[in-house]
Amino acid sequence: MTGLVLTNVTIRSPGGSPLFAPLTFGVRPGEIVSLSGPSGIGKSTLVAHIGGHLPAGFVTAGQVTLDGRNALALPAEARRIGVLFQDALLFPHLSVGENLAFGLEPAIRGRAARRAAVEEALEQAGLAGFYRRDPATLSGGQQARAALMRTLLAAPRAILLDEPFSKLDPALRAELRSFVFAHVRARAVPVLMVSHDAEDAAAAGGPVISLSPA
Amino acid sequence: MTVREGRALRILVLTAVVGALVLPIMAGLFETARAAFGYLPVVGADHLSLAPWRRLADLPGLRASIILTLWTGFAATILSLFMAFALAGRVWMHSGGKRLRALALPLLAAPHAAMAIGLAFLIAPSGWIARVISPWATGWQVPPGIATVHDPGGIALILGLIVKEVPFLLLMILSVLAQIKAREQAAAARALGYSPQTVWTKILVPQIYRLIRLPVFATLAFALSVVDMALILGPTQPPTLAVAMTRWFVAADTRLLMPASAAAILLAALAMLSVALWILGERVMGALNRRRIVGGARRGWPIAVGAATGQVLLWLGTAALIALLVWSLAWRWSFPNGLPESWSVTAWMRGGWWIALKQSLFLGTVTVLVSVTLSVLWLEGETRAGLARARWASALIYLPLMVPQAAFLFGLSVAFLRGGIGAGHFAVMWGQALFVYPYVMLALSDPWHALDRRLDRTAASLGAGPWRRLFRVKLPILLRPILTAAAIGFAVSVAQYLPTLLLGAGRVTTLTTEAVTLASGSDRRVTGVFAVLLAAMPLVGFGLAFAIPALFYRNRRGLSGGRA
Repeated sequence: MTGLVLTNVTIRSPGGSPLFAPLTFGVRPGEIVSLSGPSGIGKSTLVAHIGGHLPAGFVTAGQVTLDGRNALALPAEARRIGVLFQDALLFPHLSVGENLAFGLEPAIRGRAARRAAVEEALEQAGLAGFYRRDPATLSGGQQARAALMRTLLAAPRAILLDEPFSKLDPALRAELRSFVFAHVRARAVPVLMVSHDAEDAAAAGGPVISLSPA
Repeated sequence: MTVREGRALRILVLTAVVGALVLPIMAGLFETARAAFGYLPVVGADHLSLAPWRRLADLPGLRASIILTLWTGFAATILSLFMAFALAGRVWMHSGGKRLRALALPLLAAPHAAMAIGLAFLIAPSGWIARVISPWATGWQVPPGIATVHDPGGIALILGLIVKEVPFLLLMILSVLAQIKAREQAAAARALGYSPQTVWTKILVPQIYRLIRLPVFATLAFALSVVDMALILGPTQPPTLAVAMTRWFVAADTRLLMPASAAAILLAALAMLSVALWILGERVMGALNRRRIVGGARRGWPIAVGAATGQVLLWLGTAALIALLVWSLAWRWSFPNGLPESWSVTAWMRGGWWIALKQSLFLGTVTVLVSVTLSVLWLEGETRAGLARARWASALIYLPLMVPQAAFLFGLSVAFLRGGIGAGHFAVMWGQALFVYPYVMLALSDPWHALDRRLDRTAASLGAGPWRRLFRVKLPILLRPILTAAAIGFAVSVAQYLPTLLLGAGRVTTLTTEAVTLASGSDRRVTGVFAVLLAAMPLVGFGLAFAIPALFYRNRRGLSGGRA
């Protein structure tokens, strides 16, 4: 089956207690599913598990498949699951454009073609002419947009949004939300979003999965 | 009230640092430069000329010495850096940092001279390695006639430098790794399809390198100008420039002093030029790396080979230190046997080491006491003024580490003589303190600034004056970092070779100078005794720095961590 499918997924923290009741749900391509639940229940931990970024010590069970393939058997870098974190995490030693080029899938070859792809993405993000800029000089919103573009350029087969708007002020938040949603919808890949904000889920327009204590 | 007091304190400390550190170095540079241009009244030369330079150019083997110096310095630094990054990368990916640190620390603490002697004991044709693999693997019944030490290509010297520099760079890298958001950035890069190995080489290494640039420059400059290790392991005909210079300085013929000074200036210029060349290399590597990054290839450079080589060299260093101990206790040990046939403490009973040990202990203790006192007062002055350290202040403090030793030490002895300070204990003490103080400051600054300032304010609000707060609150809390800084300073003092040699004029005998002298002789047992003591002294210092706070604060969990 296409999309991201979770079957009976559970996670135990290093302390040993299960974080939430076993989870089963699917995210179809083009759909944005929101994860909600009280803080501390492990929404971000679940996203880290799906992306392959869980720190050592957690014990997990259940299945996660992406387009029918077992995602959990692969290392993070082979899963083709893009993640947008709370922080933009642009690499500080690279320019804005180099950050995007770092993300751009290797299938696009040749310096000119790669540069053109990056410039186009910068333009889409309203960052035309920012190729050589130091990421540290960008505003929070600009950094978040650059981070999204970097993720999209890697041509992921699924995207995880780990509270990407939580650190922005309300005005910027709405603007960035519509920007992110527009772009990820255009990719027609499954999107799973963690958010504390009911408005985020409403704007996403997809199903809301509620995590409940185990 | 405290502001005025702070100012008086700061002026006092600044005067002391300028008077005791900066001026002597400047005077030393000036006198060396003057001697290099023919002005050295003590030997009757009193007009400026280019004669010393012509004399230097005519000395046999100068060009070969320069090439050797550059070759060994660059090869050792590049390889050390590569292996240290590879080892750190392996630790970052697969853990095992604790074991590696435990392996690296004694090697870092051991003075260069002791390590060089231990390596010579290992790799010499009649060394331990040849004995262990003979005759069953090699067929050697007598030591083979290969130059594995003092080889004309300088390979043994490069090896020795690497064994000492890899631990240093490795520990720098691991401590810097904690400062960057390594885990988060790795997650972001892996989500883009990069393997951990590629994340290490493309994302983390460039960022770490930026933070350790200055120590890397220092490593390069040191490798170019090292004397003791080059005397023990390096080529002899011709030797590296630093060794040639030292020979001329201590030669009986005083007419060589002026060309030697010219060589010192030349060596300093070479060191600066090399750093400039290195920076150029950084640019090129940076541009190449960026192209690779922008190219988007998901494969990285394999680091397993570098890490494995680095690991072997760390073991080699450890074996070298063990070899010192084995040889100091060996009695009969004929060639192809892997271990001595009989053991004895005879070499230890001769007792000649006692005088050198006392001398090293004395010099180390005095220079550390002076340096720690001066450092604490400087830092306290900064705290009271509420000021961050200015750039010029840092430049003053670290000046002795940035100017090549060779360039000012001989001139300093001349300047001391002018000031009525003859070659001897006092001059050596002063000379060593020039290097001990910056290291103590380096080690103490971060913990001092990391101390929770609210503790100081709380004590003030309870009515404690500034001195009471310093002695009853800050110093006790900072006991562990202070003792660690003292141990580092002690290790620096014990290891000093050139300052002791040039400022002591042969009258001051420390473990280091004795060990280096003995290393050229043939009695490995006696040499082993001196080198074991030399390698052990810094370790004892670090052991005390660990044990004393652990004992005092055994019931204080808040003070038992590594940091204050």
